[in-house]
Amino acid sequence: MILTVNDLNTARDNHLADVAMRVGCDKAVGKIRKHVLICGGTGCTSSGSTALRNALEKELAAKGIADEIKIVTTGCFGLCALGPIMIVYPEGTFYSMVKEENIAEIVESHLIGGEPVAALEYHERSGDHHAVSSLSEMTFYKKQQRVSLHNCGVIDPEDINEYIAREGYQALAKVLTSMTREEVVQCMLDSGLRGRGGAGFPTGMKWKFAMGSTGKKYVCCNADEGDPGAFMDRSVLEGDPHSVLEAMAIAGYAIGSDEGYIYVRAEYPIAIHRLEIAIRQAREAGLLGKNIFGTGFDFDISLRFGAGAFVCGEETALMTSIEGNRGEPRPRPPFPAVKGLFGKPTILNNVETYANIPQIILKGAQWFASMGTEKSKGTKVFALGGKITNTGLVEVPMGTTLREVIEEIGGGIPNGKKFKAAQTGGPSGGCIPAHLIDTPIDYDNLIAIGSMMGSGGLIVMDEDNCMVDIARFFLEFTVDESCGKCTPCRIGTRRLLEILDKIIAGNGELEDLDRLEELANYIKSASLCGLGQTAPNPVLSTLRYFRDEYIAHIVDKKCPAGVCKKLTRYSIVKDNCIGCGACARQCPVGAISRTDYIAPDKKLAAMAIDPAKCVKCGACMPTCKFKAIVKA
Amino acid sequence: MKKKPTTVQFTGTKEQEEKLLAVIRKYDGVKGKMMPILQEAQEIYGYLPIEVQRIIARETGVSLEEIYGIVSFYAQFKLNPDGKVAIAVCLGTACYVKGSGELVEAISDELKVAPGSTSADGKFSLEATRCIGACGLAPVLTVNGEVYGRLTKADIPGILAKYKD
Amino acid sequence: MMEMLNLKINGIPVTAPKGATVLDAAKEAGIDIPTLCYLKEINEIGACRLCLVEVREMRGASFGPARMVTSCVYPVSEGMEVVTNSPKIARSRKMNLELLVSNHNKECLSCVRSTTCELQRLCQEYGVDENRFSGAKTESAVDDSSAAIIRDTSKCILCRRCVAACRNLQGIGVIGANNRGFDTVIGTAMDVPLNTTSCINCGQCIVACPTGALHERDDTDKVFEALADPNKKVYICAAPSVRAQIGECFGYEPGTDCEGKMVAAIRRLGFDGVFDMNVTADLTIVEEANELVSRLTKGGALPMITSCSPGWIKYCEHYYPEMTENLSTCKSPQQMFGALMKTWFAQKEGIDPEDIFFVSAIPCTAKKFEVGRPDQSAAGVPDVDVAITTRELGRMIRKAGISFKALKDEAFDTPFSRGSGAGIIFGATGGVMEAALRYAAEIILRTKLEKVDFEEVRGVEGVKFAAYKLGDTEVKVAVASGTKNAKKLMEMVKSGEADVQFIEIMACPGGCVNGGGQPYQPASVRNSVDLRAVRAAILYRADAATDLRKSQDNAEVMQLYRDFLGEPNSHKAHEVLHTSYIKRGL
Repeated sequence: MILTVNDLNTARDNHLADVAMRVGCDKAVGKIRKHVLICGGTGCTSSGSTALRNALEKELAAKGIADEIKIVTTGCFGLCALGPIMIVYPEGTFYSMVKEENIAEIVESHLIGGEPVAALEYHERSGDHHAVSSLSEMTFYKKQQRVSLHNCGVIDPEDINEYIAREGYQALAKVLTSMTREEVVQCMLDSGLRGRGGAGFPTGMKWKFAMGSTGKKYVCCNADEGDPGAFMDRSVLEGDPHSVLEAMAIAGYAIGSDEGYIYVRAEYPIAIHRLEIAIRQAREAGLLGKNIFGTGFDFDISLRFGAGAFVCGEETALMTSIEGNRGEPRPRPPFPAVKGLFGKPTILNNVETYANIPQIILKGAQWFASMGTEKSKGTKVFALGGKITNTGLVEVPMGTTLREVIEEIGGGIPNGKKFKAAQTGGPSGGCIPAHLIDTPIDYDNLIAIGSMMGSGGLIVMDEDNCMVDIARFFLEFTVDESCGKCTPCRIGTRRLLEILDKIIAGNGELEDLDRLEELANYIKSASLCGLGQTAPNPVLSTLRYFRDEYIAHIVDKKCPAGVCKKLTRYSIVKDNCIGCGACARQCPVGAISRTDYIAPDKKLAAMAIDPAKCVKCGACMPTCKFKAIVKA
Repeated sequence: MKKKPTTVQFTGTKEQEEKLLAVIRKYDGVKGKMMPILQEAQEIYGYLPIEVQRIIARETGVSLEEIYGIVSFYAQFKLNPDGKVAIAVCLGTACYVKGSGELVEAISDELKVAPGSTSADGKFSLEATRCIGACGLAPVLTVNGEVYGRLTKADIPGILAKYKD
Repeated sequence: MMEMLNLKINGIPVTAPKGATVLDAAKEAGIDIPTLCYLKEINEIGACRLCLVEVREMRGASFGPARMVTSCVYPVSEGMEVVTNSPKIARSRKMNLELLVSNHNKECLSCVRSTTCELQRLCQEYGVDENRFSGAKTESAVDDSSAAIIRDTSKCILCRRCVAACRNLQGIGVIGANNRGFDTVIGTAMDVPLNTTSCINCGQCIVACPTGALHERDDTDKVFEALADPNKKVYICAAPSVRAQIGECFGYEPGTDCEGKMVAAIRRLGFDGVFDMNVTADLTIVEEANELVSRLTKGGALPMITSCSPGWIKYCEHYYPEMTENLSTCKSPQQMFGALMKTWFAQKEGIDPEDIFFVSAIPCTAKKFEVGRPDQSAAGVPDVDVAITTRELGRMIRKAGISFKALKDEAFDTPFSRGSGAGIIFGATGGVMEAALRYAAEIILRTKLEKVDFEEVRGVEGVKFAAYKLGDTEVKVAVASGTKNAKKLMEMVKSGEADVQFIEIMACPGGCVNGGGQPYQPASVRNSVDLRAVRAAILYRADAATDLRKSQDNAEVMQLYRDFLGEPNSHKAHEVLHTSYIKRGL
């Protein structure tokens, strides 16, 4: 039990050695020679990291060195595309895409022989023979600044002692023993921290409003991360759950609340499991519950599971859902800080926001405010996805340009394709075109260019993506996820989608563009909640930057990227065709037949596609080794 | 997507009902208990047919329609039991841009099961899901929880063959 | 002292109390802002987005930016400037309506709500282009399983006023929002037919509905056909609340008594007799009061609860089956009336009961269900053939080309021509109780009552308690209206907190005057007028104006006992005037 700050300090000092090897202090403890970190995030678990750990345990036991090597299952390292990932300390060797059958070699050569397995080490580029030997050398990490992710991939999230060893719960101790509630709120205000979940409302302001209310209050954590393609909150919960618990307790102290709820997606089983462990351990240690650090402050946290409704990321809908109802938003005012969960004053912040807070308390508001831009302080985690080499999680200071994130950290676009646009803010955001790639990313810049920060999804698109199709994809998502309560969102988004469908099918008229714009602007201005108010953004931003693509669909009846099936035509360039017939064998509808034309340098007659029969499935294209099949 | 009521006969057992009653008792007096009760009920039965909703209505005093309103609102709650082979294709952004839409089509064609439904014999169910977080492996699908990643539609027949008998 | 705030609406200085909404303040200033989903204190969800207005508020010393806010729920602030009718707002409203109409079944020509439809009126006002956003429509269905209530989701605009009426107002919740997004529909659990649910047919959903998505089962054709059948003798009786509200169907302000015109109009429809249901209301009092005395002296379930309201009866059968023993076994005045028509009256006039077609005009949709209940056929045929609502009666009068407003007053026919004031006030919550007290007091005190007003049981309060010392006897009573309040009272009875002998319960809030069969009033009226009180006032005025104020003084009732029934609660009376209940459960 940790009853006093002294107890906490003792615990920290006792466990410091457990993590020292991983954080640069080359210090072996007892018999332990090496730490093998295996990523236990959802990405790597999906690619088999659990089996990897089992195989490693078995192999170590077989070789009789189980007590010399410590295996740690950590949270996400960020480079999900290369999973499963394994790092060996103290040397920091970075193994990627490790398979079970590699384990024996790694144990034999590296863990016993001291010689890293070069073939499995991460290479900066494919074909690059010079492997980087440690994280700090990797371009992927060099430009990053990990604040909210600082424990992710470093500690064992299922061991509170590792968190404590990394100064965990020191911030809570500090506020409870040496700061007034007003000072805590002031510190939040001074730090400039803004909500990382969507609209970027200043966290300190939220706390200040709630502090001013009286009576029973609640502290809520939004872990219902729902943006398609965003998974930073999940990674924090999987990699560093205690940071969120600690921050919520700090918030509880600041606003005068003794009860918190974490609303976490039921689809995040690993995060839930680790949260449950973390809450249990924190309670057992006395860091949650009654009379924390003997200061008379009580605070406890319950979990509630989201049930698959994106709208529940909206604060009033989230509270309505916790209350046990359909997750429909309520009009504001009254704001949650006045009347929130169960009708009581409530603050709601998201996971990433909370994850920053203990360090802001410990290192000071000025430290945090020194990072970022004038109005957007600190760092932001982005989930890189789409047409980018290093799919994964990155944390960069606000103000980093899109170019740095995409080209340097993200490793650029694969397959030599050209960057076309980046989509931020998920279904609420917009598409940023290539000519704005040097825009420093912060809340206000993104809004100014018609997108938004959102929770930090960053989807990269190349020349093969059709922007009308992308707008349609996001809109279909919001149509699906609209709660149905208010008219503009319920019917309006559906009508937007129908107009896009019409355009994609080649039946669009130029007036449809005006109608799209008029309707989109109406939905933005009239919808009840943030979902509806931002739902038209993907349409508006693509109309703004890629209007020519819309016009191509409408006027030329063509999809320039060749995505929209009804506007795509497959044909065979007769002079390239050797007449092998592979394509015809693959065609599911028998649309390909032989002509009587034989190209000058070929032996067999060329094939041709009957456009009337073709269903545009594209199955023929990969079968042709001679680039004779083209789509336009 | 609108949920369709099931045609599968309800086969809930006394033991399941007792488990459910215990769950409801556990949440007695807890604020906002409906979501956890429904979630745990679905764990017990695998889905939430009207028979189960009726028990919850009776025991909690909440109107049956209000419960159905909640069940039909959230994607997580199922009115249909999963097929013995439950296939879920991720349609999250990362997977979508890498062609997961084609995977759904291919599976649907091959098994003659429309997305969001269960085959007549109860064997296969096909679901298009939101991002399951394995974006690094995009496009991905899961079969009975097992993850298959970095797929093309050419991989589909091979995967399905494993589960066909 | 309420804090008053100063603001400007369309440039006009207005003061409004702190906490008032922009909508309230505008109304006060004589400006109507259109709404669809808003029902004061019942449905304040800001969902339809029609009432958006532009406001600028003081942020410190200067104005913040202009913003669109939901006037129905947005509170006023000091210095606020509101614009309710700029071209931008008009465009926004028009777009809103265009979207609603794009997912609406536009059968306006024949729709039951044509001319009373709130959506239709707004579309007309805003010149809505009906086809600009045509597209997919929500999967819709007509549920005509219920004897009383027809639901047509193709006309539903998802304002949820019905849901609020059913769930929040009545505490029932058999309909609600299902699915989500564009697929959202108002329906029952699993979309089962309404008649298989615990719906009590009160019709509060209907009067809340702004469109034709909910309406009563129209039985007027049945009545017209009977009237045209030379082999049928067609009689009708009218409940007290019908005469008090029928005027609203013809443009009279709520609160206009049209008894004489109503009788004249019905007579012109061709009925063989137009009777006053107040007479059987008086009869109900005599039977019920004697039943109570019998339970008090000889034993029986107490407290005894009134049985006039068929909505309440079904509610009790579903939600408090264990309390059905407490219900008075008396049929409702409507059913007593029909029973007497087909027994005593048929006998007296020498008509085969099969040839009598008996209609009741009532403010109630649940009565349509009641006519089909078992044990409601004293002569072996249903006591009542058709129950039509005030609205249906209004439609019949209009369809028959009768100039309601021009008619001279006429009187009811004998032998059911005149009820007492006690019968009249049946239509308001507390009325049955007061009528019973007027009867009981005289029986207990064995003296003529000087003061017949029992004001403690009057008024729109949901649950009322009163105790009267009548000689040595203390009579303790309770009154509830609206099933949500009924539930409250039942729980108090079950817990022993409410120690009473006699309870009056009406299913509709405020009683029959606010019944589910009463004329439509748009939300703009409902939000500013307490229809329960305004309509009830007519009944209390009529009661105060009559010289016949007690049921026991009604000569026609006494005649019935002498000629046919014998004593109150006699064997004959039980055969004809009493019924039984079903323990339905949920």
